[in-house]
Amino acid sequence: FLLTAIMFAQVYGDNGKMKEYHYSGPVEHRFSPYSFNGGTVLAVAGEDFAIVASDTRLSEGYSIHSRDSPKCYKLTNTTVIGCSGFHGDCLTLTKIIDARLKMYKHSNNKSMTSGAIAAMLSTILYGRRFFPYYVYNIIGGLDEEGKGAVYSFDPVGSYQRDTYKAGGSASAMLQPLLDNQIGFKNMEGVQHLPLNQEKAVQLVKDVFISAAERDVYTGDALRICIVTKEGIKEETVPLRKD
Amino acid sequence: MALQDVSGFQDTPMSHMWNTPASLSGSVPFRCDNRHTSLSSLSTSSSPPTRRPFPLSHGTTTLAFVFQGGVIAAADTRASCSGLVACPSAQKILPIHSHLLVTTSGSGADCMLWERILAREIRLYQLRHGRRLSITGSAKLLSHMLHPFKGTDVCVAAILCGWDVEEVRVEEFKGQRVDRMGSGRDDSISPAKRPIEETVMSTSDACSQDDLTDCACERTRHAVTDVDLTRSPVRDRCGPKLFYVCSDGTRLQGELFSVGSGSPYAYGVLDGEVRWSLNEEEAISLAREAVYRATHRDAYSGNCVDLFHITAQGYCRRDREDLREEYHRNRERVLKRGKEESEEDKK
Repeated sequence: FLLTAIMFAQVYGDNGKMKEYHYSGPVEHRFSPYSFNGGTVLAVAGEDFAIVASDTRLSEGYSIHSRDSPKCYKLTNTTVIGCSGFHGDCLTLTKIIDARLKMYKHSNNKSMTSGAIAAMLSTILYGRRFFPYYVYNIIGGLDEEGKGAVYSFDPVGSYQRDTYKAGGSASAMLQPLLDNQIGFKNMEGVQHLPLNQEKAVQLVKDVFISAAERDVYTGDALRICIVTKEGIKEETVPLRKD
Repeated sequence: MALQDVSGFQDTPMSHMWNTPASLSGSVPFRCDNRHTSLSSLSTSSSPPTRRPFPLSHGTTTLAFVFQGGVIAAADTRASCSGLVACPSAQKILPIHSHLLVTTSGSGADCMLWERILAREIRLYQLRHGRRLSITGSAKLLSHMLHPFKGTDVCVAAILCGWDVEEVRVEEFKGQRVDRMGSGRDDSISPAKRPIEETVMSTSDACSQDDLTDCACERTRHAVTDVDLTRSPVRDRCGPKLFYVCSDGTRLQGELFSVGSGSPYAYGVLDGEVRWSLNEEEAISLAREAVYRATHRDAYSGNCVDLFHITAQGYCRRDREDLREEYHRNRERVLKRGKEESEEDKK
């Protein structure tokens, strides 16, 4: 998205007409430590389950690096994190979280709860306030009472507990759809039925199929992680590969 | 803030110039407990600084004012991020303890984390010194903690609203048991040196509201027994207080503040109506009206309104209210008024 915006600006210029295509002088291109690798992540919390889903396409600019690079990472038996944005920062951040989880487990003799992981991630992200991790995180899992919990983050650590959240390149397309289907927003006189697991999984699949249709950075396959008190189940569903 | 986004002002972090000798050791990502040193070491490391490829959330309307019945704090609940609503139900008024609330404005992550730090420091002060830090002291503490980040793009504009409580010690009352004015959600302190006894009151944040006018709180207000406030020495050391603290170094005490992209609209409503002698229902409906008008005109504010009321007994929270309904009610009122006026003209 960022690269297409830059290319658009270079070719079309400010007022929308095509720019004169000639050499206008040396242009300084700065090395940017960031890059945008695409991908969409979604999480939904139910009464006793949580679903974290992501597509598996890793792209950069006009190329696809990999069709099998899922963005959900299992943290504990009750928590899964989805990270999209810059893949290098996603990898490092998940390594750091894993290490902190192990340290906690060794000093406190128990696993971290989802809420505690969310609070810790917020401080890890804010620790790099002036050179942030370019990652949009969403944590999905079960809280201490066994209810589903979703925590969504911005790249510098502001977070909030939600019922559902979409993040990544197609988030602006998916979030209104989820608001309508799960939050029953903008619907008048509709009975608010609670979401059961089968309906939620089907909804997630439908929503990603729509995202793959309209967002170029989303596609290839969909990886769904369903978190229940029995454990974490993974499912892979193919998506458009174009 | 939101105005910055709209006008296209480049949001680059400025070069960090100050060097503190203690901070020159490399920052390890793991050591996030000692946040001050790790952050200041970051601010000296890379130059020139890198541009962020994503926007941060800004844009809000928050307001607070003092009247004879306490302090009212109100805010909208929209967290926007360069044109997209990142969260329609953010919480912008965060309670720190039973008698102190902070409203947040500016960058969402900065406000959330700095208020967490402030709550921690106030609690540490309470544990070390055996008494709660005053609102004035809390404002000064926040202002001094933010000072090292002046010039960077940390953006925090907070209103600290609270009620300073004059503490009464047990020995003054010779055998009468004194209930200290609620310790909020913190646990009771048991300082070895001071023989202050206190009872911990359970708190629950929600306060059920029947209608606009009645603030019928189900949550037990902290009981004030056997405390004679006329005995407390300096009158204006206790009572309602309002401070505006900003990350550029501003720290102001006042009786009415509104912060954020919607603040001009809120000021328009409040400046006309706020008086010391308002009663509780009028004050609550005025605050609600101000937030509603601001959300109506400001694109970056919206969704719902949160309202808190602080008195000597602690804070009380109204249910969050969706302003969409208010818009429809307002339209009906306007139409009714229009009809009545046209009927009068006909007569």
